[in-house]
Amino acid sequence: MNERTVSVWQGQVRMRVLSKGRGPALVFFHGPWGLVWDPFLDELARSFMVLAPEHPGTTPDAPDDVHHLDGLWDLVLCYDELLDALAVEGALLVGHSFGGMVACEVAASCPRRAGGLVLIDPIGFWRDSDRVVNWMMLEGTRMRAHVFRDPDGPAARLLFGDAEDEQAAAAARVRLMWAMGVTGKFVWPIPDKGLRKRIHRVAAPTLVVWGKDDRLVPPVYADEFARRLPRARVEMVSGAGHAPHMEQPETVARMVRDFAGSGGAA
Amino acid sequence: MKISAFHLMPHRELPDDFEKRYESVWVTPPWWELADARRVGQYYNWTLDELLHAARLGFDGVCTNEHHQNAYGFMPSPNIMGAVLARATNGSNVAIVQMGATLPTSNPPVRVAEEYAMLDCISGGRLVAGLPLGSPMDVNLCYGITPLEHRERYREAFALTLKAWQAREIFPWNGRYYQLAHVNLWPRPIQQPHPPVWVPGSGSISTFDFAVEHDVCYCFLSYSGARSAATMMQGYWDVVARRGREPNPYRAGFLQLVAVAESDARAEEKYARHVEYFYHKCLHLPGAWYSPPGNQDYRSLVATVKNPVRRAENPKDLRYRDFVEKGYVIAGSPATVRDRLREEVVKGLRVGNLMVLLQIGSMPHELAIENIDRFAAEVLPHLRGIWDDEGWVNHWWPERLRGPAATPAAAGVAAGGR
Repeated sequence: MNERTVSVWQGQVRMRVLSKGRGPALVFFHGPWGLVWDPFLDELARSFMVLAPEHPGTTPDAPDDVHHLDGLWDLVLCYDELLDALAVEGALLVGHSFGGMVACEVAASCPRRAGGLVLIDPIGFWRDSDRVVNWMMLEGTRMRAHVFRDPDGPAARLLFGDAEDEQAAAAARVRLMWAMGVTGKFVWPIPDKGLRKRIHRVAAPTLVVWGKDDRLVPPVYADEFARRLPRARVEMVSGAGHAPHMEQPETVARMVRDFAGSGGAA
Repeated sequence: MKISAFHLMPHRELPDDFEKRYESVWVTPPWWELADARRVGQYYNWTLDELLHAARLGFDGVCTNEHHQNAYGFMPSPNIMGAVLARATNGSNVAIVQMGATLPTSNPPVRVAEEYAMLDCISGGRLVAGLPLGSPMDVNLCYGITPLEHRERYREAFALTLKAWQAREIFPWNGRYYQLAHVNLWPRPIQQPHPPVWVPGSGSISTFDFAVEHDVCYCFLSYSGARSAATMMQGYWDVVARRGREPNPYRAGFLQLVAVAESDARAEEKYARHVEYFYHKCLHLPGAWYSPPGNQDYRSLVATVKNPVRRAENPKDLRYRDFVEKGYVIAGSPATVRDRLREEVVKGLRVGNLMVLLQIGSMPHELAIENIDRFAAEVLPHLRGIWDDEGWVNHWWPERLRGPAATPAAAGVAAGGR
């Protein structure tokens, strides 16, 4: 795996980008719990050049860079600059949860940026009758049970950085809390920041992937996305909660490959 | 020494199994199941009566505060209470201590500057301007302010408030969070250059720094007594020394729960269940809500996670005698109470501005009045002179009230409300 740190926003925002693989470019936007390189990304790296940037503020040694961004508009432009720096145009944009919303916003603001779009349990819409659970208000064990179908499985242990070693556990706790804080800046207290007014601008074909047992963002939101996107299809994933790409990595990676191979992505 | 009566205005009649049946006392307690508006009207009036009673008996100040969506203490607007208190105490030397209106939840925050100026005008210059950050439950969970922006928003609002009180010219404010083209406060406060400012906190290092930097009084609002506050308050005095400020005890405030009776044994008989009600029901909420992600800045987060403050015991496991023994509550005979307050709190933490909570949890009105009576008659006079021999000036108290306290009977009618 390679890594490089790209400075954008006049040098004020440093974003580390992990990358691996060969093939067409695929940009992965991580969720509110920070970026961990997981088996899903390894699987994708067999067919794509995977580029996984870290959301502003989550890059090590640059926690306060996020304070240079005031809102979602700044964040989208920040990613626009990052994609310029990475020299990717028309790539496959894949986003999970909060990252799904960001990927969708980027594809709506700069339609030519996205050759294809994969949204995995994205946030971005709100229904009073099917509320998105605010993960930032949940105690540790309840949060795990809301994010994962199996709160003690390997995927949960990987994302939440379970460790025997006290120092490693403390570092993981800091990483997790800060990742939620700096992503929460853009969605607190209700994760509907107007995507519904902009989503019609998305030109790319879109695959919407949802974990059947998502207890954080109810699967009914898959219909919201499918209904509002011009070219979208939905795939439900059994045996998974809010992070199906982590609980069923091979299944979701195959869905992404098939979608790209069928001309879903440029 | 300045000693003020503090009040939370709690729900006094929560069901016995409240903490088992409900998730939280804050943010989500269901009003329609738990409260009745007429009864709550009675609570507000009892609260005002209790504070006014304290004022008549010679307390130096009366304190109100702002909290939202809860049964623990629900004065969503402390300035409404403060207005009643200011009007009713005109002619006396009691300070109106607003602890206070929360800047980040007031939009634009010049609203706080205006209302405080009104209170200062109505009271004849007796306002103490508490400018709290507000709790995460109130500011983030109830009022929707983004946790990551909470402190920064507060700092901007604080600067705007201080400037709005003092500026001689009309000025524009082109801030990150607030934009106002013509700030021109009507009215301005009587106290010049501005009313004394107190910043309440709960032990966060960045709030110490802020308070010392701005030369305001830092008030530690604690429910776990002086013993567990000792390390934090020492940290505060270290910052004071490092920044070259004088160790004036009046730049520190502290809140203490107090219950006075004829004897230690009688105190237990009278107050035990109200104290347990307070700690078991009024503080019943998920721990994660005290610190939603982003509410602590990165450095504080790292410090807290890497060096956790000794995990405080769960108050739900403690009973009255534990609370008293550990100093969460100072309770007992007048002699017990005044000795412990003097040694543990006032001397131990070096506190010049003491606040005492005398209506605790479910304590009924009559018992609260009795507690106030005993404190005023048998405790307060013994504490009042503690710092006098050191000659410090209480810069954080309304100037016209800084002199030795008048005896209650001598409080005239002509002083305030010009």
